[in-house]
Amino acid sequence: MHVMEGFLPGPWWQIWFALSIPVVAYGIYRLDRLIKENRGILPLLAVAGAFIFVLSALKLPSVTGSCSHPTGTGLAAILFGPAITAVLGTIVLLYQALFLAHGGLTTLGANVFSMGIVGPVVAYVIYKVGMRMNLNFYAIVFLAATLGDWATYVVTSLELALAFPADPGGIVTSFKAFATIFALTQIPLAIIEGAITALIFKYIIQVKGDVLAGCGVLSNARLSKIRGTAA
Amino acid sequence: MKLEIIVVAIILVFTGLFLYVASNTDAEFGGADGEAEGVIEELTGGTYEPIRDPLWEPPSGEIESLLFGLQIALGALIIGYFFGYYRSRDQSS
Repeated sequence: MHVMEGFLPGPWWQIWFALSIPVVAYGIYRLDRLIKENRGILPLLAVAGAFIFVLSALKLPSVTGSCSHPTGTGLAAILFGPAITAVLGTIVLLYQALFLAHGGLTTLGANVFSMGIVGPVVAYVIYKVGMRMNLNFYAIVFLAATLGDWATYVVTSLELALAFPADPGGIVTSFKAFATIFALTQIPLAIIEGAITALIFKYIIQVKGDVLAGCGVLSNARLSKIRGTAA
Repeated sequence: MKLEIIVVAIILVFTGLFLYVASNTDAEFGGADGEAEGVIEELTGGTYEPIRDPLWEPPSGEIESLLFGLQIALGALIIGYFFGYYRSRDQSS
């Protein structure tokens, strides 16, 4: 669930745009270079983008008695890094803002920041640290996607809390109120997203593992090791 | 197969929790963003007016679910197409 159209007064919506635009611009540059260097990567890019499309349209019920949706950004973040994921996330958020009145154009900067940037950065960092610690590959993917999803909604809560501090209590009180809605609802959905991301990774390795070695996600040694262990 | 079993187990647990919550509470399962709107109203004492309305809104809940459905179909189509493409190419070579 994104910040609704019109629900971030100035200067907040401008601030989030200012923070997001450079990252998306850098992502476009990275994307351009990636495609020029390695055209074979395009189908995988399409799959990563399509995965965000599917997951961010699935409004799922949560144990809190309300509904929210996963983000799907963990897959792209692990495969292509956070900057390129920010570009993919922006495309999805634009579609939802224009055709579904979900999210919005003034809040696009804030939503790109939470779903396209912070979530993917968290997923990417967890993935990198996990790989260095030599943990089970699918456990790492699960953790990265789960916490990336969850971080997105913690940031959404923070964005709203900063714009609407409670009186009395200030930002902390309103953060608690928004986090109760977004971050709490999101916990089961984040876990489901992590599980599904791990599963799709397994299938990508089965059908197209060599490309992963090519784009530097996995070393060849690591790849054959994962293929060797039955998951 | 191990991973598939774990994933199905996780989904089943949450489906069970959902069914429990749905039948034992009067939860409405509305959108979390709608609830956030309520909190904003409370925090500002109902004085906040959105600075902008959406350019276009789906005229009804049915149309909205149609567009969400299209979004999912489009994504699933792309994923299925490439997975099928690689799989059959691997098998024929």
